[in-house]
Amino acid sequence: MTVGSQRAAVLGVGQTKYDTTYPGSMAGMLREAATNALEMSALGWDDIDAVIMGKAPDFFEGVMMPEVYLAEALGCVGKPIMRVHTAGSVGGSTACVAASMIQSGVHERVLTIGWEKQSESNAMWALSLPQPFATSVNAGAGGYFSPIIRRYMMMTQAPELIGCMVALKDRRHALANPYAHLHQSDLTFEQVVESPMLWDPIRYSETCPSSDGACALVLGSETVAEAHAGPVAWIKGTAMRSESGSFGGRNMVSPAASEACANDVFAQAGIHDRRKEIDAVEMYVPFSWYEPMWLESLGFAEKGEGWRMVESGATSIDGGDLPVNCSGGVLSSNPIGASGMIRFGEAALQVMGLAGDHQVDGAKTAVGHAYGGAAQYYAMWVVGSEK
Amino acid sequence: MADEVLRAPLVLEYPFTRTTGAVIGAFLTGLREGVVLGVRRSDGSVMCPPLEYDPITSESLSELVPVSTTGTVQTWTWNGAPRPQQPFSRPFAWAMITLDGADTPLLHGVLVDGPDQMRTGMRVQLEWRPQREGHITDIAGFLPAAESATGSPGAVPAGVEEVRSVRTPIRMEYTYTPGRALSQYLRAMKDRRILGDQCPETGQVFVPPRGVSSIAGKATLPDLVELPDTGYIESFNITRVPIKMRPDLTPPYVSAWIVLDGASVGFMGLGMNVAPEDVRVGMRVRAVWKPDDELEMSAQNILGWEPTGEPDEVIDDYSRVGRLQGAGES
Amino acid sequence: MIDVAVVAFAQRQEPRIDTESEVEFMVPLMNEAKDAVGLTQQQIGFTCSGSSDFLAGQAFSFVMTIDGTGPVPPISESHVEQDGAWALYEAWVKLQCGEVDTALVYSYGKSSPGSLRDVLATQMDPYYVAPLWPDAFAIEAMAARLLLERGVVSEQQLAEIASRSRAHAASNPHAIRTTPKSAAEILAEDYAVAPLRPSDLPASADGGAVVVLAAGDRARDLCERPAWIRGIDHRSDAHTLGVRDLTQSMSARIAAEKAGVGTDRVDIAELHAPFSTSEAVLSTALGLGDDTVINPSGGAQAAHTMMASGLIRIGEAAQRISRGEADRAVATATSGPCLQQNLVAVLEGE
Repeated sequence: MTVGSQRAAVLGVGQTKYDTTYPGSMAGMLREAATNALEMSALGWDDIDAVIMGKAPDFFEGVMMPEVYLAEALGCVGKPIMRVHTAGSVGGSTACVAASMIQSGVHERVLTIGWEKQSESNAMWALSLPQPFATSVNAGAGGYFSPIIRRYMMMTQAPELIGCMVALKDRRHALANPYAHLHQSDLTFEQVVESPMLWDPIRYSETCPSSDGACALVLGSETVAEAHAGPVAWIKGTAMRSESGSFGGRNMVSPAASEACANDVFAQAGIHDRRKEIDAVEMYVPFSWYEPMWLESLGFAEKGEGWRMVESGATSIDGGDLPVNCSGGVLSSNPIGASGMIRFGEAALQVMGLAGDHQVDGAKTAVGHAYGGAAQYYAMWVVGSEK
Repeated sequence: MADEVLRAPLVLEYPFTRTTGAVIGAFLTGLREGVVLGVRRSDGSVMCPPLEYDPITSESLSELVPVSTTGTVQTWTWNGAPRPQQPFSRPFAWAMITLDGADTPLLHGVLVDGPDQMRTGMRVQLEWRPQREGHITDIAGFLPAAESATGSPGAVPAGVEEVRSVRTPIRMEYTYTPGRALSQYLRAMKDRRILGDQCPETGQVFVPPRGVSSIAGKATLPDLVELPDTGYIESFNITRVPIKMRPDLTPPYVSAWIVLDGASVGFMGLGMNVAPEDVRVGMRVRAVWKPDDELEMSAQNILGWEPTGEPDEVIDDYSRVGRLQGAGES
Repeated sequence: MIDVAVVAFAQRQEPRIDTESEVEFMVPLMNEAKDAVGLTQQQIGFTCSGSSDFLAGQAFSFVMTIDGTGPVPPISESHVEQDGAWALYEAWVKLQCGEVDTALVYSYGKSSPGSLRDVLATQMDPYYVAPLWPDAFAIEAMAARLLLERGVVSEQQLAEIASRSRAHAASNPHAIRTTPKSAAEILAEDYAVAPLRPSDLPASADGGAVVVLAAGDRARDLCERPAWIRGIDHRSDAHTLGVRDLTQSMSARIAAEKAGVGTDRVDIAELHAPFSTSEAVLSTALGLGDDTVINPSGGAQAAHTMMASGLIRIGEAAQRISRGEADRAVATATSGPCLQQNLVAVLEGE
């Protein structure tokens, strides 16, 4: 292990049921996720040295720098609290920052939490605030990503319904995850295909929902993890990369920052054959086609071949050799600021053997992945059942 | 002489609706019913307004207790000119007020005529708003009360409908200024000209200009370059459902990344005078401008982009966008 | 712990920057700091920034600013929605991991486009307090009255603090409120937000700051006299004003203890104290004595750049170490109403 001077591990993962509207207060929502994570790690508020919070734009809830209001709800009186914001990747980045607090030897036990309460406003409003002198023909993120997906489809000549296969797979995976927002038990492939085009080539069924929710992780040092009675997920590597969202010659299908982030994290974890050595992947797929795109970009498939993995069923928990998004993924739950941390937390649950009905049998090594902005911010970690 | 700085008002407003959970909901329900509730902490003291957790220890709290509508000012300041969003129509005092029966103060307004009528330790009486909905502003404010005045804690009637959410609208006014490069671009737009700015190291041309080159990490060259209003579509989206922000656009319509001739990066523009199914990656397009007498300092001068009928641009790598080189080299 | 030092600092603060966008005015500062130590972006191990969408009136506002660093090829980078002092803390932690030995930290804010007093109301409890839109000055004024009426400070002492800020600011080209005024003159001012007078309030600024950090021998190679961060810690108080003792700062006191402020003499202290009252509270919390020169730059009262003022305090303190004007300095950063959250750093020369 080359990362950090100290080992760190995940001791607890806590989530809320993702839904259109969480019925409680913002503080209540965060406390529910946090207390679930503390319970799994057999720790209390007093045991925690610091809290690292992540969230997407403050405009979603209309609370400026909400860590100020929430510090006291999260056991932070007299303690440190930080607030990370790196666009859509924030949940992942926040977990990476939290891990660094332990890897550096600064703290022993850290609570990290990502959240969003989209129901307080409207994502379309918050993501498309008016700007004088400008013109906007887009509607949120879909309008931005659809031309990139179109490019990928032209580049690979992938069959038109690959995206629908991903959408159906992730929604089926979600049925085994009690926290998932969407539970569409009767969904058929035909329904996915016949769903209306929103941002052609993206169908409604191929987009993520707007969710409320929070996901919290308790991280501990090697000493703390060794003393913990339950299973832990050892953090084998963490990486963050960012690049400019627009410059001439930019690879937008597989951005350099994505590849650099993956190369870094897999090198830290000592992974050589990514497809073979990784047992489960939680990747950030807000629009279905991003699964084959990330499979290629993260080095699980050759360039142009990611869609074949999807088509062959390789990414399904049902017999696939590289199950992707067994939790149902972002396509089934998207509390934006939490979405990255859910990926990281679900990866941890897999190697802890605590993923319940969506457990990949014998998973030893798993990947959490998140991206954001104009596909320009990346965060990843690799977790393992063995130190 | 420098041009006058471009400015435009920017108003951000939204009627945020917040779900409350049990404790905040109970407090707001109480306000609607004319009762003030606090919550008991583990040391037996009462905190008002109540939270579902102790703000010092973070332990969960749930035992609600009514407190009085009279109380004592702990500290205060004078608010001479109410700001637009403050729920007070005339000058008032901000005060931290500990209600009888509670041990911690709440923040609200005291409705007096001037600061000379305020002092720490003064007794005040809560003034209800006649129409109440379950909101902190159900309390109209506080009025000075006699030293001996004591209210009595009420009780929330059984069976009333609980407040589950609260509307907290936000409105913030800004003055937007576009900065050096974008201001030049906007001024040129008024003359039907499109300007881009150039990376000092690679010569890449950015439209609209950004003021910095992200490749070099340096300011772009001070002199902007003029570009033709023709280019090609490097990819596109077809929006097939109506969107709120553009009620003027009838689906289906095309939003495309337009790379101008001589530009290194694309920007999003509206496809015009072409059926969505006929739009192609690589299609050559030109700008459709507003009539000259309607031109403003705005990107909205270009209504959209229509096909020129020229042969398509050849694209050999679908993964990369824009051009590696800039104007003059293309 | 790995020894980490501030090796370069650049700042800009003006009453109003309306001819340049955030990234336009930050690029020269980023390059000034990088050039001072001869580093290119690609040679820097980690980058971290701080800013606020609410201040900018734009979601994801930091996405435009990252372009100023030149993130092509990609960089290892993060962002906090906090004052840049917390970005510096994140970078300091990253350097403690030992993977990288240099970091770029920047933060910026423009208050002039909006009304900061109102914008800050959206930081308060969103159910009970924010809907009343108490402005930030009013909240501080209520704390000030407690300080005065309980005899913790006197109006004379507050006026002396404000007067000293002006006097120190006179020699700081980045300060805004630089006209000298005696304590007597300040006491003659009408209240702005009683009991605070105009000179007790911060002079609002637009601007930003950039710091380069380096570890161990790398710092010695890059800088003649690095300002070593010997201790750094940050803590929070409760948010609910009603449960806090607003006449003191528990969070600053704990952070100061953890950072080791009291273990030796402090030559200078750059305190992120927007108000005269904040300085009084922070000086006490940190246990600073008469032998410490407080806010030699004039402090945040003389120029308050929201989101950067804390980072600027660290930079100002570091510069005085690097110039040999001080051997041991303390810098603080604050966030939230009435000094709710505080970061304390101890810097030393070698």
